Amino acid sequence: MDLTSLTIHELSEKLSKKEVSSVEVTNAYLKRIESLEDRIHAFITVTPEEALKAAQAADDRIAKGDKITPLTGVPISVKDIFCTKDVRTTCASKILGNFVPPYDATVTRKLKEAGAVILGKNNMDEFAMGSSTENSAFYKTRNPWALDRVPGGSSGGSAASVAASECIASVGTDTGGSIRQPASCCGVVGLKPTYGRISRFGMIAFASSLDQAGPFTKDVKDSAIMLQALAGFDPSDSTSINTEVPDYSSFLTGNLKGLKVGIPKEYFIEGMDTDVEAAIRQSLEVLKDRGAELVPVSLPHTEYAVAVYYLVATAEASSNLARYDGVKYGLRVNDTGSLIDMYKRTRDEGFGGEVKRRIMLGTYSLSAGYYDAYYKKASQVRTLVKNDFDEAFKSCDVIATPTAPTAAFKLGERVEDPLTMYLSDIFTISCNLAGIPGISVPCGFTKDGLPVGLQILGKTLDEGTVLKAAHAYEQATDWNKRKPSI
Amino acid sequence: MKYEAVIGLEVHAQLLTDSKLFCGCSTKFGSDPNTQVCQICLGMPGVLPVLNRKAVEYAVKMALAVNCKVNHKSVFARKNYFYPDLPKGYQISQYNEPLTEKGFLDIDLEAGRKRIGITRIHMEEDAGKLLHGEGIEDANYSFVDLNRTGVPLIEIVSEPDMRTSEEAQAYLRALRDILVYLEICSGNMEEGSFRCDANVSIRPVGAEKLGTKAELKNMNSFKFVKEAIDYEIQRQIDIVENGGKVVQETRLFDSAKGITASMRSKEEAHDYRYFPEPDLLPLFVEDKLIEDCRSKLPELPQQKRERFISEYGIPAYDAGVLTATKELAHYYESVVKATGEPKLSSNWIMGELLRLLKEDNKDVKDCPITPEAIASLIEMVKKGEISGKMAKEVFEDMYKTGKAPAEIVKSKGMSQISNEDELGKIIEGIIAANPENAERYRAGKVQLMGFFVGETMKATKGQANPGVVNKILKQKLG
Repeated sequence: MDLTSLTIHELSEKLSKKEVSSVEVTNAYLKRIESLEDRIHAFITVTPEEALKAAQAADDRIAKGDKITPLTGVPISVKDIFCTKDVRTTCASKILGNFVPPYDATVTRKLKEAGAVILGKNNMDEFAMGSSTENSAFYKTRNPWALDRVPGGSSGGSAASVAASECIASVGTDTGGSIRQPASCCGVVGLKPTYGRISRFGMIAFASSLDQAGPFTKDVKDSAIMLQALAGFDPSDSTSINTEVPDYSSFLTGNLKGLKVGIPKEYFIEGMDTDVEAAIRQSLEVLKDRGAELVPVSLPHTEYAVAVYYLVATAEASSNLARYDGVKYGLRVNDTGSLIDMYKRTRDEGFGGEVKRRIMLGTYSLSAGYYDAYYKKASQVRTLVKNDFDEAFKSCDVIATPTAPTAAFKLGERVEDPLTMYLSDIFTISCNLAGIPGISVPCGFTKDGLPVGLQILGKTLDEGTVLKAAHAYEQATDWNKRKPSI
Repeated sequence: MKYEAVIGLEVHAQLLTDSKLFCGCSTKFGSDPNTQVCQICLGMPGVLPVLNRKAVEYAVKMALAVNCKVNHKSVFARKNYFYPDLPKGYQISQYNEPLTEKGFLDIDLEAGRKRIGITRIHMEEDAGKLLHGEGIEDANYSFVDLNRTGVPLIEIVSEPDMRTSEEAQAYLRALRDILVYLEICSGNMEEGSFRCDANVSIRPVGAEKLGTKAELKNMNSFKFVKEAIDYEIQRQIDIVENGGKVVQETRLFDSAKGITASMRSKEEAHDYRYFPEPDLLPLFVEDKLIEDCRSKLPELPQQKRERFISEYGIPAYDAGVLTATKELAHYYESVVKATGEPKLSSNWIMGELLRLLKEDNKDVKDCPITPEAIASLIEMVKKGEISGKMAKEVFEDMYKTGKAPAEIVKSKGMSQISNEDELGKIIEGIIAANPENAERYRAGKVQLMGFFVGETMKATKGQANPGVVNKILKQKLG
């Protein structure tokens, strides 16, 4: 039996029946990481000692017959944006290259409390800024389906690690598509829950009003399991939502009878890759076969989403990243005595090009004399984007779109062209602006054998219906079961 | 030409909550550097603020005390600037939508009462402190103490309604008294828990248009506020009279030299790039909270002063002194209750007690004299058991020992001789020993009464009741 091919629910069953031990499975994953990492580079830090300790603790619980959760003993990884107590947390930036947090993010704390085994910290675009993981200060992650291609981003390490079976699941973050777009590129399931559904505490901030954590998994059932473990109000995060968390598995009925799926005309645009479009059109038929009704909807402000996003997200980022100043922790360059010089050199050497670009953009849009024209106007248009969804959801339960206009692109292809890079997120950004949940599920392959993702968006806090639709689709197909040959 | 000054004040008051505004760290003053910090107030990656409810209540109380409207919805905003005492690189404050606005405060001046408008009161977090001194002057680094980082502040912004430094001082004192009465701020300017910046401009008397203002900082006592403003007014008048123009700038007060000096010009001013704090939801204050705070408001200094004047019939000056702190006012009222003598009580407290406390640098909270003890002292004087002069001596002993006046009088053998038989015998002896003077008195030389009183006092070691002595002498010599 290949222990690294299992899903969470499959492994969990075997663990509880004591058919395998968590230490065995963890060792299998650690071995696989060791054999693949020089090609994939999905991790910044691997923590074998901590992982095996957690695995042993899980095995002890199981042996004693203590209460376990579906994640007890399950080897997963987390994006290096989540603070892990006593384990280096870099956000893929030189400026935090030596940062060891004395606290856990709520996400990591919950995973540990659920008994999960954390194998390590995934590579990403620096401070989650990017769509290809090429902006990591350490190295570029490769797409397991084609090593000369990007895994998407910013949670590219998370997506690649699940696709390459270096872990069973991962947790990433999504500010403008950073879970769904890499999930699409790597042929795995990626869920961005409603803004505030999962606590942001200890998750290094990029754009506070947009950031949301979510799982990468091999199937939708696992996605529901992960969400169940992570969702919920956190008194340490004032923006987390204080409502009950439903039983997500109860939504996974496989039956879509009576479900109305909205198809927004603005998401089927010129310039979309023909293979991608074909895969999406075909998957809409599958939804119909499962009992869903397709209804045309309109999201008229879609065309402004990218512009709004790059004003709001960069403005917040310019402020969120001000704390990396060399004074308290992280990198400090130049102790010659001039404070300003220390600030400048620390930030110049500590941040990469894309991060600096966004800090400058954001600083500009908040500046006196520009605030009204940029940040304020963008905030107003953001409300219009949200209203679009409210209006559309009056006539449908979920909305189905492509996750990205193209499959994974080649390394280096868009690095010199930030605007084209920004358009990688054209279909995912509106969801963050509106704060609603969205998932990407594998829905086919291009002629080149690259995965394509179907995006399903839902109403605020209606992750259940999103998971239901994705799960029913998955039941009718086997795209998610295909594995890259590496 | 005659000029008038236009003065507005921005006051920062530290709130006396146990914990900081956005985390659970202690706010205690004077602890070792960086011992009251956590990942949140240190601005570590990924941490988030959670608002301290108590701080909101305190701010609402202050708002109600100065007649401000409390906004049901207010919004926290980030004020962005780099400085080592600001770990996040921004201060969480309020900007466009403050917690409260549009209030006023009446101040009492020699010329009468004047109303000063209050533009707004908003909440924000304090920054830390940089330490440069003590042997590191030559070092190419400074120390950062972040204990103060995140301590809750309210900023109280006045309208430019003041015209003189005296008005500014009176306003500042009135604000401080209210904060201290509400028990939401220690009001200590030296420790920095109550800080003041002043916006000062001048214009020709009668002009409507405001002149260009300078913002004054670094005035850490009431005296310095007055000195700085007076200096600044004269500086601006001199500039204008010499044909110059006042420039908009921030100026620091140098208390050693008594002058203000330019810190930065308008062009060098920070662009704080305020925007709504995305880590906090808008603050919604419900009517219930406002009404709860209103119902818990204590009697404020001005109300108390007025009540003392009308209820106890004491002079305005006395009322002002006795209401300087809530504790003193309470003590005074307890003494009045025990003695039934408002003015006498006021005299003892203002004349003797406050002097003694001041000499010891003590607070009325530490006063060892109970109101009942003052009552019995006043009673003893009234009954003639001791003289007023003796009472002052007894009072000092009461203060030092905490003993009851009767005990002190007894142990010192101080009690006054008022017994007419006893004094009568002594006086008869004195008259018998001085027949010539007695004769001359009877012949009309009434000034000799002093001689006989003096002799009686000598004979009784000063313990004779002067009133009784006079009475008996008149009888016996008459």
